[in-house]
Amino acid sequence: MVKTTDYTGGQPAWCPGCGNFGILNALKKALVELDLEPHKVLMVSGIGQAGKLPHYTRGNVLNVLHGRTLPAAAGAKIANPELTVIAVGGDGDGYGEGGNHFLHSVRRNHDITYLVHNNQVYALTKGQASPTSDVGFVTKTTPHGASTPLNSLAVAIAAGGTFVARGFSGDPDHLTGLIKSGIRHRGFALIDILQPCVSFNRRNTFAWYKERVYKLEETSHQASDRLAAMEKSQEWGERIPIGVLYRQEKPTFEDEFPVLGKGPLVKQAIDPAQVGALLDEFM
Amino acid sequence: MAVDINIMVGGEAGQGVQAAGFIIAKALGRYGLSIFADQDYESRVRGGHNFFRIRAGDGDVGAISEEVHVLLALDRQSIDLHQREVSSDGVIIFDSDRMEGVGANERALGLPLERMALETAKNKQAANLVAVGAAMSLLGYDSASLKSVVLDYFGALQIGQADADAAARGYEDAKASSRRGLGKQVGPAGAQKRMLLNGNEAVALGAMAAGCKFVSAYPMSPCTTIMEYIAGKADELGVVVVQPEDEISAINMIIGASYAGVRSMTATSGGGFCLMVEGLGLAGMTETPVVVVDGQRAGPAIGLPTRTEQGDLLFALHASHGDFPRVVLAPANVEDAFWLTVKAFNLADEYQVPVIILTDQYLASSYATAERFDLSRVQIKRGQLLSEQDPSKSERYKRYEITASGISPRAFPLQSTALVVADSDEHNEEGHLIEDAEIRTAMMLKRQHKLQGLKKEISGPRTHGPSHADITLIGWGSTLGATKEAVDTAARHGLSVNLVHFAEIWPFPSEAATLALKGARRTFAVENNATAQFAQLLRAETGHQVSGTILKFDGRPLTPAYVMEHLKKEVA
Repeated sequence: MVKTTDYTGGQPAWCPGCGNFGILNALKKALVELDLEPHKVLMVSGIGQAGKLPHYTRGNVLNVLHGRTLPAAAGAKIANPELTVIAVGGDGDGYGEGGNHFLHSVRRNHDITYLVHNNQVYALTKGQASPTSDVGFVTKTTPHGASTPLNSLAVAIAAGGTFVARGFSGDPDHLTGLIKSGIRHRGFALIDILQPCVSFNRRNTFAWYKERVYKLEETSHQASDRLAAMEKSQEWGERIPIGVLYRQEKPTFEDEFPVLGKGPLVKQAIDPAQVGALLDEFM
Repeated sequence: MAVDINIMVGGEAGQGVQAAGFIIAKALGRYGLSIFADQDYESRVRGGHNFFRIRAGDGDVGAISEEVHVLLALDRQSIDLHQREVSSDGVIIFDSDRMEGVGANERALGLPLERMALETAKNKQAANLVAVGAAMSLLGYDSASLKSVVLDYFGALQIGQADADAAARGYEDAKASSRRGLGKQVGPAGAQKRMLLNGNEAVALGAMAAGCKFVSAYPMSPCTTIMEYIAGKADELGVVVVQPEDEISAINMIIGASYAGVRSMTATSGGGFCLMVEGLGLAGMTETPVVVVDGQRAGPAIGLPTRTEQGDLLFALHASHGDFPRVVLAPANVEDAFWLTVKAFNLADEYQVPVIILTDQYLASSYATAERFDLSRVQIKRGQLLSEQDPSKSERYKRYEITASGISPRAFPLQSTALVVADSDEHNEEGHLIEDAEIRTAMMLKRQHKLQGLKKEISGPRTHGPSHADITLIGWGSTLGATKEAVDTAARHGLSVNLVHFAEIWPFPSEAATLALKGARRTFAVENNATAQFAQLLRAETGHQVSGTILKFDGRPLTPAYVMEHLKKEVA
């Protein structure tokens, strides 16, 4: 049995009270409850405070460039589909710098779980507006206030997402359940996580979120209903839904390749002689 | 060479210029002749003017020649643009229905190509094959061999039969015409059967022979056919080919796949490589082996999308910020394209570095005959891997262990219980991010140290011509064929010229270069770019200052005649 201590890693360099702690704890708990050993897990992370998460636990780690988390995660998953691949990054990383990769990774339905630490602010660079900052959010780089935020959940549903969810780092138990569902889901699981930044976002605080979030599973919401999910994705302000907005079973990207049906690429032997038949075609 | 024939097929995009040219090249190649064929095409799908030049010889043919002996003019423009290139004993085959007034001069053979195609193949599109048949007839090629080449190309089904009929009709009508056969005739040269392939196909075959199992690439001329060819064979060969959203994704995907243990490649052109620069640095920092093909085209920006240049050399050497070791290889011909691709995968794995293969549009799309690649010579060297026999090592595994060679044994996730931690931040031996000055210095030195080993892997330049000469040409990459021939032609003109040519560029083979240039009197850098980039590198690495340059940067390949013309000026 996998124990919590199996996932004990380095000392986090996050600010005291950072929303990232709730996510780290929820992830560890989810992996333990799924009885996944660290060497079976690959965490691919971007750049930003969120990108440091894999260093604070244990597992295989590929910490890549800002915004490039998803392509690297997809490549690793294709090379070895037996790995449980979890991509980790922030809102700036995933929705800004990596926006194009986000759109297309959702569409392709790679079998990976994507945790987006969404604190609506650039924290590592000390407090600039992010793609998800609320309208009017004033920072040193947006003195006239931020413009319309990206609705990543709506985008994911529109792009053909098969698992679209929102969690809250202030409710780690609920988040643990979401992460477990995301990992179990065959396909691209987006979990956008509301993660208060205690240093640079004085607007969207723990208290602000606590007053507003409610759980979809406690309502009559049907996660299989794409239009209802789209409607839920528009809800923001006085009430903010958390939980699984949309879920659908669909072949994964990796399912499209018959070659992968013969086992992971990494285990398939290399044989130069195979090319002989091709050479003959050029004669 | 007793036999040295140049054939050109010209026409609009969509008229089957490429197919006609390829069939002629293939047919002559099957006679045992050495073939070199290049393509000149515009960035459009229909219309415009394209041509395909084939040179066939019974010696070693490595470049095209400006003089044309047979011009297959599928449209009027081909005559207007190219009749000056046709030799006095040559022939122009044209459509007599569509091109009135071309004149019945000695050099012209008018046949109603489209009408004949309609009559035989029920398709005027087959006019290109009627012309092919006529040309092969004038060259004395045998009709049965031609038919089998056409059937091999189009398939033995209905379409193939119809096309073979069209070619046969052209063949017979040309034979029956009053036009006598050409002075230049071909016959079986008796040489062993050889392959006919282009640079992109050779790179693709090299990659598959080397065990590349993952390709992620974004379509871009001139390299698109690399991914297309591999994708077509992927299920058979056990390869996954992905076309992602952009080149940034492409390089990051192959880094992810390579980290997970699979040999991986991407292919692009200069513009796409620009987008990959950040990823190249990630491969350097995380010490992840990747192979990146940059098929150069005329830049900057969109430049001349379908045309050739050697303008990315200094860019490839310096791409990405910071210092990290890399390898740059520049194949000279299709044999190099295959073998250096194999070498690229081995060096990438053994030294855990990115390897850049610099081809160009000219090499990528030019066809040449080559001996069948001897696959028994392909060695797979995956470098140092964590021993799976010793589980205790897995427990203490350090991805970036400091070693004398700078190479840390690799482990792949899930192949043992070892945890593989790789980081784009500076990191410690375990792979975790650090900011410590001492560890930073040690890690930089470890990575740079790999260059010492790599230097020993790089082959020095090829030489051609007399060991001592008045003029030494210095070239690199795809210009080998043209410069070699220029050296031979110069000798016939009584000029004393030799050649030093590089295909393995970085780490720079400084000692071998210095040795090869020792005693050289006047040196000329011959390059397909505007600023003699290789000459700049040569000077930086060896102190050698060339006496002059012979450059071409109009998007067209260097030819032996172009080099000769400049050489003559230099000695005049």
